[in-house]
Amino acid sequence: MARRLIWLALALALACLLYMTVNARGSWSFLLPFRGQKLAALVLVGASLSVATVLFQTITENRILTPSIIGFDQLFIMIQTVLIFMMGSADYAGLSALLLFAVNVGLMSLLGLVLFTLLRRGARGEMMRLVLTGIIFGVFLRSATNFVQRLIDPTEFSVVTTVTYARFNTVDALLLVLTTVVTLPALWAAWRMRSRLDVLGLGDQIALGLGEAPRRGQSIALVLICVLVASATALVGPMAAFFGLIVSALAHVITPTERHAILLPCAALTGAVVLVGGQTLLERVMGLATPISVVVEAVGGALFLFLLLKRRRA
Amino acid sequence: MIRIRNVSHKIGPAPILHDISLDIPKGGITALIGPNGAGKSTLLSLIARLAVLREGEIHIDAMKIGEVSDRELARHLAIMAQSTHVSARLRVEELVGFGRYPWHRGRPGPGDRAIVESAIERFGLGPMRHRFLDEISGGQRQRAFVAMAFAQDTDYLLLDEPLNNLDIAGARSLMRLLRQMADEDGKTVVIVLHDINYAARFADRIVAMHEGRIAANGAAREVVTDALLRDVFGTDAEVSLHEGHPVVLV
Repeated sequence: MARRLIWLALALALACLLYMTVNARGSWSFLLPFRGQKLAALVLVGASLSVATVLFQTITENRILTPSIIGFDQLFIMIQTVLIFMMGSADYAGLSALLLFAVNVGLMSLLGLVLFTLLRRGARGEMMRLVLTGIIFGVFLRSATNFVQRLIDPTEFSVVTTVTYARFNTVDALLLVLTTVVTLPALWAAWRMRSRLDVLGLGDQIALGLGEAPRRGQSIALVLICVLVASATALVGPMAAFFGLIVSALAHVITPTERHAILLPCAALTGAVVLVGGQTLLERVMGLATPISVVVEAVGGALFLFLLLKRRRA
Repeated sequence: MIRIRNVSHKIGPAPILHDISLDIPKGGITALIGPNGAGKSTLLSLIARLAVLREGEIHIDAMKIGEVSDRELARHLAIMAQSTHVSARLRVEELVGFGRYPWHRGRPGPGDRAIVESAIERFGLGPMRHRFLDEISGGQRQRAFVAMAFAQDTDYLLLDEPLNNLDIAGARSLMRLLRQMADEDGKTVVIVLHDINYAARFADRIVAMHEGRIAANGAAREVVTDALLRDVFGTDAEVSLHEGHPVVLV
């Protein structure tokens, strides 16, 4: 299995190389930092969303859930919609990237924290209650957002649509640095708890019997998930919904194991390969016709149905 | 020794246990029996800290439940919960390997591997060690979980109705393995059983519970009587003696 990780790393290197070099016209002094920044964002977002999804699936003991179910994406869309509605698109565009990032990460982490407190207070079956609360909350946010979007000026609405699709076409250098500073420690912490995650995946009672208090582990994992998803979403926009699902399903196929020592790096690498490879195809071969998140949603939706149906048969 | 003092417990408003005090001595097999809803599983969950103890005290040797850390307790007490459903797709040897987790916390050494190997061999799991848990029979799965608890290498082993869904061959072989663990390895086994005959045949001591209280406590011959069946279980089945062991004629 370790060998498969090496192959994945090679695939990632190849994808990065292709991304940097295909259709490279113009001076390298411009291309290198321009493409390099986007590449870094792709790798970072791919890895953090995938790791967050694996963490979420482990603590919920459910392979078809992703963190987006607790409403991160919806909240992001709502924040942008409300900001544009209140300030107008001109002022919104004039907001400093740093401020916007802080607002987005702050509010999304707050949402995570609220749900997290809920988890701590509950007595039994708290994980499922958390998930269900998240779903309901997501629906509420979506409806509220839709309502605001009805009120909004049509030209402003087109701005909302643009900023609420995940894009990698423009990546702010400062944001990239911020996201890296936040994301890397979280990924490291996830790696550090790999053995604990193995035990937590056995279910609450068995984990407790082995001396691993499930609540504590779940809480730590949940904080990491919030940080990873919030910063990735603030950087490029909402794409956690199906992307994580695709990657974790792929990772389970590539390395069929429950050991997080293998699964976490595998998911991170797979996520990066899928994003970088996909973006290379879209940007360079298909001429930037569609944002990658649209493709991800389409493929992911089909995969989700497939996983559901396959499960029923088993 | 497991020392239980003045333990009461409620689930919601419903009282489940009333002021229970009980000593479970070290060594041998102690069976908790009683009709449905008597509080056997609740008592076991409290000892295993699977449920939070609110009233009363439970000590396991010098460790007090609620104060001792989960990690520390996991090195002295292994639990086999009622449900052995694991959503993760694990192979038999991986499951048994988890038994060592309280000792190595994710970094198994050669000593840990040797213990896992001996557990796999002892419980006859060698031929199926690479199979997935959902590909083996219920009896084999129960055995794999007991092997995991064995690998945990604790003085105490608590089991909550491990014979559920087992046929007679599976149930007897599991009970014999527990008997062996008590006799040869000096483990203290506390087991919740539904079937009085299994308790009478394999346990050294029987604790009968009734409506959240201890109804009887002692050797099988003293506890399993016509009176117990009538008063505690509410049935008029007869007890007969076979080679010194009481047998309930159902």
